[in-house]
Amino acid sequence: MTTTTTLGYDDLPALLQRLTGDEKHDWSSLSTLDVVWVLHDRVLEEGDRFFLSKGHGPTATYAVLAAKGILPPELLDGFGTFDSPLGHHPDRLLVPGIEISSGSLGHGLGMAVGSALAGRRVYCLVGDAELEEGSNWEAVQLAGRMELATLTVVAIDNRSSSHGWPGGLEARFALEGWDATRVDGHDHDALAGALSRRSVRPRLVVAEVEPK
Amino acid sequence: MMRPRFYELVREELDASERLAVVTAEIGTTPIGPHPRHFNVGIREQLMIGVAAGLALEGYRPVAHSYAPFLVERPYEFLKLDLGHSDLGAVLVSTGASYDASREGRTHQAPEDVAALAALPGWTIHVPGHVEEMELQLRRAFAGDDRVYIRLTEETNHARVDGDGGLIVLRRGSPGAPLALAVGPTLAPLLEAVADRDVTVAYLTTVRPFPRAELRDALGDGTEVVLVEPYLRGTSSAAVSAALEDRPHRLLALGVRNEELRHYGTGSEHRAAHGLDAAGIRSSLERFLG
Repeated sequence: MTTTTTLGYDDLPALLQRLTGDEKHDWSSLSTLDVVWVLHDRVLEEGDRFFLSKGHGPTATYAVLAAKGILPPELLDGFGTFDSPLGHHPDRLLVPGIEISSGSLGHGLGMAVGSALAGRRVYCLVGDAELEEGSNWEAVQLAGRMELATLTVVAIDNRSSSHGWPGGLEARFALEGWDATRVDGHDHDALAGALSRRSVRPRLVVAEVEPK
Repeated sequence: MMRPRFYELVREELDASERLAVVTAEIGTTPIGPHPRHFNVGIREQLMIGVAAGLALEGYRPVAHSYAPFLVERPYEFLKLDLGHSDLGAVLVSTGASYDASREGRTHQAPEDVAALAALPGWTIHVPGHVEEMELQLRRAFAGDDRVYIRLTEETNHARVDGDGGLIVLRRGSPGAPLALAVGPTLAPLLEAVADRDVTVAYLTTVRPFPRAELRDALGDGTEVVLVEPYLRGTSSAAVSAALEDRPHRLLALGVRNEELRHYGTGSEHRAAHGLDAAGIRSSLERFLG
C-alpha cells in the first residue's frame, strides 16, 4: 500500500463528482468517507490491509484510492458501465487497492480473521446493519478467543440496523474479548488516534455518523 | 414489471388471507408496508428461512423474498433441511435473476439459483417470462402447501403465453424438425432468431418438475433439441437427456456461461455477452444446425 499523497482531502469532492455526476458540495453525508480517508492518509502502513466489507456505496473508497494515486483518476468517469472496472460493489481483481470483492454483507470479517491469523495487520470496515449477518459473530468470537491483536474492525454506525443494538455494539465485542471504543466518525484526529492505537487484543472502533 | 406487481399481490393476500405470512431480510419491501404478518428479520438470511419454516410448522403459508443470491445461495442448507428435510412448504420469490443487477456486480447475481435449487428434491420452480404469468403462478402458490420458487426478472416477453406453465408448442415445424425450447424470458429473442428457420418452437415456465413426456411429444420424430434457459447454461440438460434416454438425439444447451463475466453495465449488455440475445442465439443455431 502506497502512502504517497498526490491529492488532499479537499480534492475528494471533485473526484466524487467524476464518479457520480452529482454536483453537491457537502459530501459529509457519505458515511464512510472520513474513515476511509483517515485510514489511507494517516493509519495504514506498508503491508497493512484494508478490507471494505460493507461493499455497497464504494464511491468514497474509489475516490480516496484515486486521491492517493492508487487508482488512476480517469477510471472514475465510466462508473458502473460495462467496460469500467468500477461498479456498485467492488471487485478485487479489477480495482487496484481493493483487497476483497465485497457487496454481499458479512464476508469481510471472516476473511480478515484469516488474514490476521497469517500475521497481517488488517483493518476491516463494516456497517452497523451489516453486523446483523450472523457470520460476523462467528468471526468476532474466534478473533477474541485467539487474541488476534493485528485485527481492527471499524464499524460505521449510522443506526441503519433495523432492529438496533440495545446496549451498544461495544458491549457485545467487549464480552468476546475485544477492546472497544466509540468516536465521532467525522473527527479525523479522533479516528486516527483510535485506529492507530495498539493493543494485545483485537480492536473495535465504532465510528458514529449521522443516522441514515 | 414483475417486482412491483409481486408486492401488490402479496399485500392483497396478506389482507385477504389469515394464512399468509411474509418474511423478508431488508430488501426494500416498503411497498408491502407494515403488517402484523410481515416480518422483516433484518439482514439475516439464514434466519429468514428458519423463521419461514417455523411459520409453516404453525400452519401459515410463508413467503420469503430477497435477491436470488441471498434467498437461495446464502441460506442453502436451511432450504435443504428446515424446509426440504422437514417437509415444510414455503413460497420463495427472488428478484435480480441472472444479471438484472448488472451494475451491482457478481454479489447480486445468481445465474446458478435454478440449478442449485433443482438439486434439492420437491421444489416446483417457476421462471415466468411475463408479469401476468408470474401473477398466475404466485396466486396458485399462495393457495398451496408445497415448496415453490418463483424467479422474478426485469426481462420480459412481448405478451403472456396462455397456459399453466407447462410445455406449450407455439409454432410447429415440419415433421422431424428440430425443437427449440425457450424458458421464460428467452422466448422473445428465440422467436426473433428462428424467424426464418424450420423449427418447432415450444415454451416453458415451470421448469421443475421437468415435463419429460411433453418434451417427447413436442419433438415428435425430430432428433435435435435446442434448449434456451435464462440462467446457468445446461441447468436442464440432464433432464432433457433423461426424457430422451431411449433414443439418439443431439442437444444444444444455451444459457448464462459458467465463466465469470466480470463486467458491470446493463442487463442487455450481459444478455448479449452470454449469447442470449437474438443475434447470439442465431449464431449458435447456425453452428449447431448448419
